Amino acid sequence: MLTYLMKRMLELIPTLFGITLISFFIIHLAPGKPTDIFTELNPKITPEAREKLEKYYGLDKPIIVQYGLWLKRIVRLDFGESFSSDHRPVMEKIWNGRKPLIERRLFVTFMINLLSMVVILIIALPLGIFSATHQNTLYDKIATTAVFVGFAMPTFWLALLLMILLGVDLRWLPISQLRSMNYDSLSVMGKAWDLTRHLILPIFVSAFTGLAADSRFMRSSMLEVIRQDFVTVARAKGLPERTVIYRHAFRNALLPIITLMGLSVGSLIGGSVIFENIFGIPGMGQLFYMSVMTRDYPTVMGILTIGAFLTLTGNLLADIGYMLADPRIRAR
Amino acid sequence: MQRKTLRSLFWERFRRNGLAVVGGIIVMSLFFVAAFAPLLSPYDPDAIDRHHVLEPPDISHPLGTDDLGRDVLSRMIFGSRISLAVGFVAVGIATIIGMILGAVAGYYSGWTDRIIMRFIDIMLSIPTFFLILAVIAFIGSSIWNIMIVIGLTSWMSVSRLVRAEFLSLKEREFVLAARAIGASDLRIIFGHVMINSMAPVLVSAVLGVAGAVLVESALSFLGIGVQPPTPSWGNILSLGKDYIELAWWLSVFPGLAILITVLGYNLLGEGIRDSIDPRLWESERR
Repeated sequence: MLTYLMKRMLELIPTLFGITLISFFIIHLAPGKPTDIFTELNPKITPEAREKLEKYYGLDKPIIVQYGLWLKRIVRLDFGESFSSDHRPVMEKIWNGRKPLIERRLFVTFMINLLSMVVILIIALPLGIFSATHQNTLYDKIATTAVFVGFAMPTFWLALLLMILLGVDLRWLPISQLRSMNYDSLSVMGKAWDLTRHLILPIFVSAFTGLAADSRFMRSSMLEVIRQDFVTVARAKGLPERTVIYRHAFRNALLPIITLMGLSVGSLIGGSVIFENIFGIPGMGQLFYMSVMTRDYPTVMGILTIGAFLTLTGNLLADIGYMLADPRIRAR
Repeated sequence: MQRKTLRSLFWERFRRNGLAVVGGIIVMSLFFVAAFAPLLSPYDPDAIDRHHVLEPPDISHPLGTDDLGRDVLSRMIFGSRISLAVGFVAVGIATIIGMILGAVAGYYSGWTDRIIMRFIDIMLSIPTFFLILAVIAFIGSSIWNIMIVIGLTSWMSVSRLVRAEFLSLKEREFVLAARAIGASDLRIIFGHVMINSMAPVLVSAVLGVAGAVLVESALSFLGIGVQPPTPSWGNILSLGKDYIELAWWLSVFPGLAILITVLGYNLLGEGIRDSIDPRLWESERR
């Protein structure tokens, strides 16, 4: 198992290298130079000042050298300085160690994604199992239809509808930001409640598509497992149905779900751009959107790289989880 | 037993699958609406009417008007063209790239395979929506750029699929026979193996159209996709967000159109999959 893990880690190196290569060259797809954003805003800029600016960002060097320099810096997690007016280092914008956790963008995005994964698991697994054990009943048919609608649902539309219904019409839930204006004056419990209320809609929306996918997957995985011989044996030796399903079948049916969860990290992170934008949540997705719109290249490259790194970590964790859950693989 | 052609078996199964037929009808209606958009829309989609701004749905404007007094129904009818075009072109690009890379990886194996698989891993680990967003924002958001970028970032599953098909098909007798009579690699790949792996590719293409429609509408919703005044469902929804407290109809109807379209492609794709899979035929005969 250890050798497998080592091999798996070594394989990550060329992948990581490829990711940095892609993130870097995408930035240079853009017509013109990254510093154009400054010079366009200030038409009176002199050629000398422009040259100085390019030199400052290393843009006068050949592109390969630029890539090398950037690579050398990001190994130390230094993504350079943002092009935006505040000129803060990119890393500080994403993860400011001096601020409380809730004000660090990477943490906010990570927390929401993690919580929505938990929500997906808590709801989707029982739904999927129930669908499988009650195949072709009315419930199964309703669930199957609901899953199809869930797959087709544009999450940003769902977000808008929920905002109109729960936020604008009924005024039950806040529709934007993570905290209320009076957050700082609240008690600890009050703060927790305030945060929870702000998180309900974003988490539900970001979990929604995954909910449909995972319950569907759980259903088909369960259906495959309960047809296998060991389940028949368990039934034949007189175990109660509950034990057969939850002790024997469930564990085996869970294995592909672990892989699916790992693979879904990437789309969850990508989706954060959408829901953070709609709900005005100060996370990494919102920063990415703003950086893309203002052509803040260092920040864009930084977030692309970090996002890819998180996705890879998710896949790796899924592999490890798979090994821990399946003794056949552990033994190898 | 009565002999039936594969095609008639397929149709028989497809027709019996109610959801698949619904999906087919939705997709055909979409084609119809897009093709006859100028005839079907009651107003000019770009006609500005300052006397009827943000009007709720009524008889003269069944789906209301937007902030410039344009008829939402007409704009949605024309918006169907964008959805259709993006879906098909993006998936066409993705399918071609995916088939070629998957075929090469599966047929040649060894180093070629390893390099292509590594490339797929890299592409899969960059959050796709981040990638699309960045590229579109930097190269500009014309409709062609959107279609190409969505295509270039969604071929990975097709190539995995085709590779798996090639791995299982390339040692079969009919391939060995073709090789024995001296057929070239190119001929074996495209003339023999590819033809036999088209069924799953078709299914994944139909499902892929659904995905591309969702991505385009999300981009337009964020203001990076199809640019106004060209109407697209996504950019009408984006207006809906700006007028969320004033005009619910700007949010509800375009979203519903996206939902139904995506649902249609998904149902159609799954229906084709179920009708094509011989394993399911056998289980039914039992």
